[in-house]
Amino acid sequence: MPINIDKEIEGSFQIIGGNFVNAGEASTQLKLLLSKLGVDEEIIRRTAIATFEAEMNVIIYAAAGRMHYHITQQGISIKVDDMGPGIEDIGLAMQEGYSTAPDWVREMGWGAGMGLPNMKKNSDIFKIDSVVGEGTTIEMFINFP
Amino acid sequence: MKLSDFVGELSLEINTCKDGLQREITGVYVSDLLSDVMANSKAGDVWITLQTHLNIVAVAGMKDLAGIIIVGGRKPPEDTRQKAEAEKITIMTTPMPAFEAAGRMYQKLKQQG
Repeated sequence: MPINIDKEIEGSFQIIGGNFVNAGEASTQLKLLLSKLGVDEEIIRRTAIATFEAEMNVIIYAAAGRMHYHITQQGISIKVDDMGPGIEDIGLAMQEGYSTAPDWVREMGWGAGMGLPNMKKNSDIFKIDSVVGEGTTIEMFINFP
Repeated sequence: MKLSDFVGELSLEINTCKDGLQREITGVYVSDLLSDVMANSKAGDVWITLQTHLNIVAVAGMKDLAGIIIVGGRKPPEDTRQKAEAEKITIMTTPMPAFEAAGRMYQKLKQQG
């Protein structure tokens, strides 16, 4: 199915740390937009997983953050930056099963150490940059077929 | 098979969005880790879990799941129910533990072939 994008589309969502009530709001909005554009179901599925996880990380760990998306004929790029504690050891954080989430977050079924690996698995390009005490930036690109 | 076909079998109590009972289900996914459900469940699955907090609604919505069955006699709190009604997610509860609920659904879906 051809993708109905005659011009590039971009936008962003604010994400408030600790706001579990609205968790999933940004990624749901983006998913609806992609559906409306007629983007391939599998691409939507991957984008949904990757953005939901990124959004949850901001909510769980940071004071606030922003998710910016940019849709072109080639694909969708997503940048999530936050004002959070930063990640000390990115290599460790990327390992499946490693998490620094507090117990109460784990009791909710989050903090299983799957977030960053899920983001990486579902994107074609994944970049992460973090400064302890400042925040974390994640960039993901998902190619259209 | 529809969600409504399991109501008697699992002693389900319908908590939210009754309309969803008529939805066709394609499978079942059992997990209490939300990232696991995000990654591995499929659209049309029924999700069996003991989690009751309101993020289960967001996950079910994102993955277009057919419904959520909360096991072990746990009940979803008011904020979860409100969000589920708003987002048209069917939440059911059963007194059965996850093993039994999943086992009964597996049998029934398998019989149907």
